Amino acid sequence: MKATPTHAAAAENFLKDEERSHWHDDTLWHVRSKRDTSAQKIPEWEQLRTNASQVKDHVLSNMDQLLLQFEKNATENGIEVLWAKDAEEHNQHILRILEEYQVKNLVKSKSILTEECGLNHFLEDKGYDVVDTDLGERIIQFNNQVPSHIVMPAIHLKKKEIGEIFHKHLGTYEGADDPAYLTEAARQHLRQKFIQARVAITGVNFGIAETGGFVVCTNEGNADMGTHLADVHIACMGIEKLVPRAADLGVFLRLLARSATGQSITNYTSHFHRPRKGKKLYLILVDNGRTDQLGREDFRNSLKCIRCGACMNTCPIYRRSSGFSYNSTVPGPIGSILSPGMDLKKHSTLPFASTLCGSCTDVCPVKINIHEQLYKWRQVITKEGPSQPSKKWAMRFGGNVMSKPKLFDLMGNLARKSLSISPRGFVYNSFNAWGKHRELPEVPKESFKEWYRKNRKQ
Amino acid sequence: MNSSKDAIITAIKKNKPDLLPLPEHPEFPYENNLIEQFQASIKLNGGAARTGEGKMAIQSYLKENFAPDKQVLSLVEGITGNFEIKNVPDPHELEHIEVAVLEGDWGVVENAAIWLPEEKIVHRALPFIAQHLIVLLKIDRLLGNMHEAYQKINVAGPGYGVFVAGPSKTADIEQSLIIGAHGPRSMVVFLME
Amino acid sequence: MKVGLFIPCYVELFYPQVAVASLELLESAGVDVDYPLKQTCCGQPMANAGYQNYGEGAAALFRKNFSEFDYVVCPSGSCTLHAKDHIYSGEEGEPKIYELCEFLTDVLKIKELKADFPFKVGIHASCHGLRGLHLAKPSELMGPDFNKPKQLLEMVSGIELVELTRKDECCGFGGTFAVFEEAVSVSMGKDRIKDHEEHGVQVITGADMSCLMHLEGILRRDKSAVKVMHIAEILNGHLPEIQNQ
Repeated sequence: MKATPTHAAAAENFLKDEERSHWHDDTLWHVRSKRDTSAQKIPEWEQLRTNASQVKDHVLSNMDQLLLQFEKNATENGIEVLWAKDAEEHNQHILRILEEYQVKNLVKSKSILTEECGLNHFLEDKGYDVVDTDLGERIIQFNNQVPSHIVMPAIHLKKKEIGEIFHKHLGTYEGADDPAYLTEAARQHLRQKFIQARVAITGVNFGIAETGGFVVCTNEGNADMGTHLADVHIACMGIEKLVPRAADLGVFLRLLARSATGQSITNYTSHFHRPRKGKKLYLILVDNGRTDQLGREDFRNSLKCIRCGACMNTCPIYRRSSGFSYNSTVPGPIGSILSPGMDLKKHSTLPFASTLCGSCTDVCPVKINIHEQLYKWRQVITKEGPSQPSKKWAMRFGGNVMSKPKLFDLMGNLARKSLSISPRGFVYNSFNAWGKHRELPEVPKESFKEWYRKNRKQ
Repeated sequence: MNSSKDAIITAIKKNKPDLLPLPEHPEFPYENNLIEQFQASIKLNGGAARTGEGKMAIQSYLKENFAPDKQVLSLVEGITGNFEIKNVPDPHELEHIEVAVLEGDWGVVENAAIWLPEEKIVHRALPFIAQHLIVLLKIDRLLGNMHEAYQKINVAGPGYGVFVAGPSKTADIEQSLIIGAHGPRSMVVFLME
Repeated sequence: MKVGLFIPCYVELFYPQVAVASLELLESAGVDVDYPLKQTCCGQPMANAGYQNYGEGAAALFRKNFSEFDYVVCPSGSCTLHAKDHIYSGEEGEPKIYELCEFLTDVLKIKELKADFPFKVGIHASCHGLRGLHLAKPSELMGPDFNKPKQLLEMVSGIELVELTRKDECCGFGGTFAVFEEAVSVSMGKDRIKDHEEHGVQVITGADMSCLMHLEGILRRDKSAVKVMHIAEILNGHLPEIQNQ
């Protein structure tokens, strides 16, 4: 099996196209700016974040009771609750339901969980036609890609490219790239899919323990177009996506869309409690590594995530490398603290794809200490991840030098002397990564210690 | 399936941290002018809100904007459409509804979110499948923010309810905002006494 | 109050003038400041690279060097933050550690400076000082605005401080990140520089020489006329070596 490219290698590749990478960075910065503008209108913004964080802290500490309460109430509401310990079981549940209803056509609205479980490929291999109805997801589905961002899946594509994709798959005019024209084409195409589908799969933004219902948020209305016309609604939910009480939604719904895109709320916030008369509603609760992460004291807070994507929009590395360079269903800062828990080897370079600037932690609506967890994952990876002997040796050597003042002074002198006398070609070569696009600092005529000894020490 | 549930619950019990308290619901009393704020909010969401008019205004709006051969469905007393929903058991039959006229239950002004419980829309698909949406909302049903909304509304009462805050939209094509994705292409709210 | 001066390793080796300026600033404010000669490094490069244990030696040496001081002052936000998080545990008897700017504003409560700097200056808001030490309000947090480095620079006569497009985006240094994710690091640095250049900045300043060293590396390779200077230098009345104005 091909080794996963390192984040650094993938990022370097992405940056080769300077114009495009600047465009990608600007686009995502713009979304971050819209978030700022929106948050500024709420004087109590930081208090909301604190409240949401505390609610989620409680959820993590009481998850078993809340899940059982949720299941009990949902079942009383007429929802059939299923449990899946991993991705495979999640997929098998859905397959069984499709077989039971003898359905071949289904529609699916945005669910990162189903991406995580590889549901589309699983079903397509078995001859099912899975139609992703979120416009961005449909675009990348046509393009045989995975989402590059959890909220804006096609953010990496320009309208010209989307025009080409639609020309190929929907028969739009060649060369047409007007977003309104393309959206209309998608509307007509997907409307037929909604009308025909008998099963609709959705994600879940929030499950409400107290009432046994759940909430799905969209701007396009695609989750509702699917579920309200289908015979069967299958809702897929990570076990951590609970809120204890309906009124907690007052806080979360004020934070979610503003953090994600700067809107005050998504245009549709649908509350499902009971199936449509005569129809069926399933809810699948999925673990898939979440209980493991819950047991990791340093990393469990990553489970508070409400999948808003704000951390990706603010991350200067994500913006300049794109979601694909993370090779992780959930990319960016939050992905970099979730994914190593699922596959340490595959995702070992992700926590290092950061300068630990801390902006992600500041924008997180539930106050996940993302940058601190990135630091902590680094400590774990150097001990348990794939070995990097030369890096380890250099760090041990450096640590040794830094613990011995005389050795430090000696090495410092050596470094300064050799730099000042070495020819340029000797210093700047392919081994000198710093020197590829930067000059090393100029060598001063004396170090500070030398100056201090001369000018201050009696 | 039971064994998966047991495994998950057992794992949670073993791995969860010590119990942390659940905070109280915060209250942030809303001070601004409700009507003005609602209009501003819905405009940002791609919709529009009109005020100071009666039901006749909606009737005129329908006449002016929708050709007689288009299906007009009104669930609001006093406003007549040309589509009878009473004997329509299957929401698929709503496929060609051009415009639906509904009455909202409550409206939240910080984000223009209007609560439509199932009993007010008959078919869950209606606010989505119609090409255009008109919503009547009484001014005394305006609330400041979502905290107030969840105090007032029992969202678990109906089998389904939705906050609709504007026409459907997407910005998935190079961040260009397009109004009219899969749901209604337009939404006009008539705020009335 | 006895103040110990801690100088970041790369400043001791390559930017002694920053250390001199820091020392002189404290001395002219009447502070009893000493510089323990046996100091080396705070250990951050190893720790951030995932080898916190290899930084323990430097941490122990740090504690030993500064055990007799009331305060440790350091002209670097990131070293100061690292010391607070990983060298000290907040116990009784430990010295209080401050970054230079916050020491001047919060402890010494400096209200005026005798420096003149008639140049267009852009402030680079180094991340660890900004978000870790709260030297200013980050643009992504909501609340009352404040900025300690800016507050000090505004006491310098003749200075023209510039508003950037992206006020506090990271420069891309990040320690070993600068080498191991070189492409992203340079891309970030170039974008920061472009922001300053577009606003006519002549001198980029900040509270962390590590960020400035990275930006300077790019500026000098691209033969730019823009200079970098640590804030201590400006506050202490040093002038840049600007050829053409």
